[in-house]
Amino acid sequence: METESSERADVALFVTCLVDLFRPSVGFAAVALLERAGCTVAVPELQTCCGQPAFNSGDRADARAIAAQVIDAFEGYDYVVAPSGSCAGMIVKHYPDLFADDPVMAARARDLSGRMHELVSFLVDVRGVQDVAAACDGIATYHDSCSGLRELGIKAQPRALLEKVAGLSLVELPGAERCCGFGGSFCVKYPEISNSMVGNKATDVDMTGADMLLAGDLGCLMNMAGKLSRVGSKVRVRHVAEVLAGMTGDAAIGEGQD
Amino acid sequence: MQPTTRQFTQNARDALANASLQSALGKMETGFVANRATAAARLPEFEALRDQARDIKNHTLENLDFYLETFEANVIASGGVVHWAATAEDARRTVLDICRSVDAKTVTKGKSMIAEEIGLNEYLEANDIEPVETDLGEYIIQLRHESPSHIIAPAIHVVKNQVIETFRESHPQFDPDRSLEEPRELLDEARSVLRQRFLDADVGITGANFLIAETGSTVIVTNEGNGDLTQTLPKIHVVVASLEKVVPTLEDASAILRVLARSATGQEYSSYTTFSNGPRRAEDPDGPEQFHVVLLDNGRSALLGTESQEVLRCIRCGACMNHCPVYGAIGGHAYGWVYPGPIGSVITPTLIGVDEARHLPNASTFCGRCEQVCPMRIPLPKLMRHHREKAFEEKLTPATERAGLGVWAFLARRPALYRLATGMAMRVLGAFGRRRGKFSRLPGAGGWTAHRDFPAPQGRTFQQQWSTRGGRRNAGQ
Repeated sequence: METESSERADVALFVTCLVDLFRPSVGFAAVALLERAGCTVAVPELQTCCGQPAFNSGDRADARAIAAQVIDAFEGYDYVVAPSGSCAGMIVKHYPDLFADDPVMAARARDLSGRMHELVSFLVDVRGVQDVAAACDGIATYHDSCSGLRELGIKAQPRALLEKVAGLSLVELPGAERCCGFGGSFCVKYPEISNSMVGNKATDVDMTGADMLLAGDLGCLMNMAGKLSRVGSKVRVRHVAEVLAGMTGDAAIGEGQD
Repeated sequence: MQPTTRQFTQNARDALANASLQSALGKMETGFVANRATAAARLPEFEALRDQARDIKNHTLENLDFYLETFEANVIASGGVVHWAATAEDARRTVLDICRSVDAKTVTKGKSMIAEEIGLNEYLEANDIEPVETDLGEYIIQLRHESPSHIIAPAIHVVKNQVIETFRESHPQFDPDRSLEEPRELLDEARSVLRQRFLDADVGITGANFLIAETGSTVIVTNEGNGDLTQTLPKIHVVVASLEKVVPTLEDASAILRVLARSATGQEYSSYTTFSNGPRRAEDPDGPEQFHVVLLDNGRSALLGTESQEVLRCIRCGACMNHCPVYGAIGGHAYGWVYPGPIGSVITPTLIGVDEARHLPNASTFCGRCEQVCPMRIPLPKLMRHHREKAFEEKLTPATERAGLGVWAFLARRPALYRLATGMAMRVLGAFGRRRGKFSRLPGAGGWTAHRDFPAPQGRTFQQQWSTRGGRRNAGQ
């Protein structure tokens, strides 16, 4: 792997609840990428979820309690990295606000916020990785998940790394920055509206001629994979980390295993 | 206006099933969205201007009483009258009294969201005064007995064939076999009908994009010039505006004008930007004999000093709705009140109640595109979240949602228990789903599986596998 940073870093992986529960292979891909980028990786045991479901449902008290637990769990690492723009965005942008009335916790939240990164932007922006030396045959298109894009400015980084993947050609997805309609509980609270949004997304994906759809957030990926599968699309859906780590041996999201 | 926000879910369903609406909404990305991007890219200082615009409005809101009183004093100095209206009812009655003072039969109106907010047309009609909308889009929906579905493009939900149909029905004075296929022909017909209406009107009513404290001026921006005719031809010009429209100086108004049209339509400036300063003076060749400003509060002053204060920076450009994927899917009427889209989801609950409008702040994916394009940098998702918090505190959130959230939060705060429960659940789901890789039906997940397959989990959780492998758990280990 080509990287500019030679100094080792002690990194904690925030595995995210969806990756932990639904797609552990993304967690292992993240570990592999971090180790290749010269990091020592630990997975703190006390983590569960970043608290975003509570926060976005208006349950501030539970969101704060869970945030405090996350802050405790990730004390003492140089960096905390999550394979998700949404969870990283929650910690970077919203944790400090959650404790605005508590100077001690606010300071700790700001400290974590400063150490917190989304996986691909961490590799590129912090570790200076320019080429992950992976190979993957196919045509891929990339969806910019909203939180990563708009809260953390993740746009160029995944494309830069994907362009170096041997055998992979990258086609731009029209409306790549338009929400896929997942939105956490939005997709089940307003299923018809969400369906319209993800239906348009599936049409756009199919129109690109790509055989693989990539993104950096498992929520969006499960939503888009579920729709593509329902409409009979042949496009396979993967987290960008799996391709970058060269770990595409597992079945794609929503794909059968035998 | 009678809200239908309680039926938001049904409204949205109807909108999704409405083919002509869907076709009309489909054009938004290639129109407004692309045009704004081009206009913003052409102006290197666009982002700095947004900061400046935000700061001007924040300063004004911090000193709102001062600037409103200054505005009033300067309106009076230029020969006009200011009427303070605490409620929609006060504002309606004030306008009616002014109309009656000259025994008005018809009034022309420039487009005004405030007039929609106070239900002015229905009120005037009920009092035997005929209001005539003169903005082309407003005129079309008035003929169709509809309300605006967008704050700057009120008839965005209407397709051309529907306009042709409406004009044939509403304009029986013309040759029934005339051609109306060309947009130009529709425009010419509307113009010829409205011309006489402008001349006949006793009172002209407009909204205001800005009120300028230092000069006592009101400002409207339009692309059709109809606002100018509305306010200069009749004997009386009534401006109906909400109080947060005030800015301190002409300079401030110019600065904000630079972000307004670019954000709205992608124009550098709208075709007409008209400043009104009191009634006609002795030496003026034209203009109204009386100039009235009705300043509407209707709940806005109560937002000062609260977390919702930032919504008062809104300059009604519509950029948030143009860029909102939810608005793009369902259009404006589904929101059920005057202001649709993300700004509506923030402002509507503050004006008609979180209870009445509970759906609106929830029906957002928090994708953040609205905030990204808002020229006044209003943190729309954050303000929607405040409404969700209020609804949660007041226990307006549905019981099933609260219960589900409660169970999840209970587990999330107990990592060992959480891992035991989720580990077992994923193992079961994984075992059932592994072969096909997905579920087309899943108990309790009907909202998802009605439209999508549900991807099966891989099986053992990451945490279980990490433990099995003896993976590193702590710093410095």
